[in-house]
Amino acid sequence: MCLAIPSRIISKNNLLATVDVYGAKREINLMLLPEDAEIGDYVLVHVGFAIQKVDKQGAEEALVLLREIAEAGEGQDSS
Amino acid sequence: MDYISEFRDSAAIKLLVREIGKYSDIPLKVMEICGGHTHTIMKYGINQILPPNIEFIHGPGCPVCIMPKERIDHAIVLARQKDVILATLGDMMRVPGSESSLIKERADGIDVRPLYSPNDVLNIARDNPDKKVVYFAIGFETTTSMTAFLIDAAVKQGLKNILFHINHVIVPPPIEAIMDSANVRIKSFIGPGHVSAITGIGIYKPIVEKYKTPVVICGFEPVDILQGILMLMRQFNEGRREVEVQYRRAVRPEGNPKAISLIEKYMDIRDSFRWRGLGDIPKSGLKLRDEFKHLDAEEVYRDVLPDKPIDDHKVCRCGDILKGIARPYDCRVFGGYCTPETPIGACMVSSEGACHAYYKYRRDDG
Repeated sequence: MCLAIPSRIISKNNLLATVDVYGAKREINLMLLPEDAEIGDYVLVHVGFAIQKVDKQGAEEALVLLREIAEAGEGQDSS
Repeated sequence: MDYISEFRDSAAIKLLVREIGKYSDIPLKVMEICGGHTHTIMKYGINQILPPNIEFIHGPGCPVCIMPKERIDHAIVLARQKDVILATLGDMMRVPGSESSLIKERADGIDVRPLYSPNDVLNIARDNPDKKVVYFAIGFETTTSMTAFLIDAAVKQGLKNILFHINHVIVPPPIEAIMDSANVRIKSFIGPGHVSAITGIGIYKPIVEKYKTPVVICGFEPVDILQGILMLMRQFNEGRREVEVQYRRAVRPEGNPKAISLIEKYMDIRDSFRWRGLGDIPKSGLKLRDEFKHLDAEEVYRDVLPDKPIDDHKVCRCGDILKGIARPYDCRVFGGYCTPETPIGACMVSSEGACHAYYKYRRDDG
């Protein structure tokens, strides 16, 4: 129940939306979102409610960190 | 990017494990608070691919697991009331009460509705105007916001046939209770990702200040947890003790202010709430505000709801497991008498329970 899945909004009807998650379509409630989300945005869905918009920059930052580790590792001997 | 596969990438996993290995002289006893994190750790064998200086201690973040039997009995008593439809999230169905469970009641013809989403409560209420729908609300702060939304919708739409039985709990007090108890070995925390998406990160600062335990809030994919472990290692290595967010794609420092204010509009903190294994913890649970008492099933059905605390089955070690002082395989009945199909305790029933995770993902090497 902790789990929330990043789901892409494919249509909106006022404060409800249809999302695509792994190819399955679900109808969800946008009313708890603190900011607007549009078609094409990813939202985190927990038991039928979007709780946050996925922060694309935040996702990028995590991946940048991984790239840095990979590059640093290439310059070192592995033990 | 689909925001999932990048965080399950096996090359990234190997990279992080290698990087974490550079800190092999730092012993790390870390509690992952959330049951969802316990599941990721067990599913991907993260505890097995990391070196032995890292030890995971499983936390109490499983809202079904921590509910004492007498509250489960409340659900059963309410379901049996005349003209009541009891609605609750699916995980609650199989949890054993003192004599029965909601799934057994349903098999006996009692109207119990397991829900995928709290949204469905409104539909059930509209479709059954002659019945009282009692929503048995469970969960930490994430699901609490949905209950608040439901209350708001019921009030605004004038739905007079919904009552709420609130069993919501919050994260910080049980963590403090665990840290204040004897024999505590926890030095750091992996913080719950979706609770934090709602609450923001401020709730962890008092824990860091009081216990000097770094907290890194992580997502639920294996790369998330490993990245979080690396961030904890770096904090120890650099002498820092902070709250950090690994799960930046979901957690903003301020959380979700809309959800927070909706919760505060309708709910207040209880003086005390009894937790399985941890006992009575002050200010750890929520209740409806006084002005909404007419929506409170505990008030409306006060005369029939039992209130004696009921202990678990003597062999059940769920309480110790929730405190982090035992593991599922320390329990005599784990995997034998106690399985997900025949659970003795809530830790085996709930999809977030540690026993359930160990049972589901166990490998031949244990």
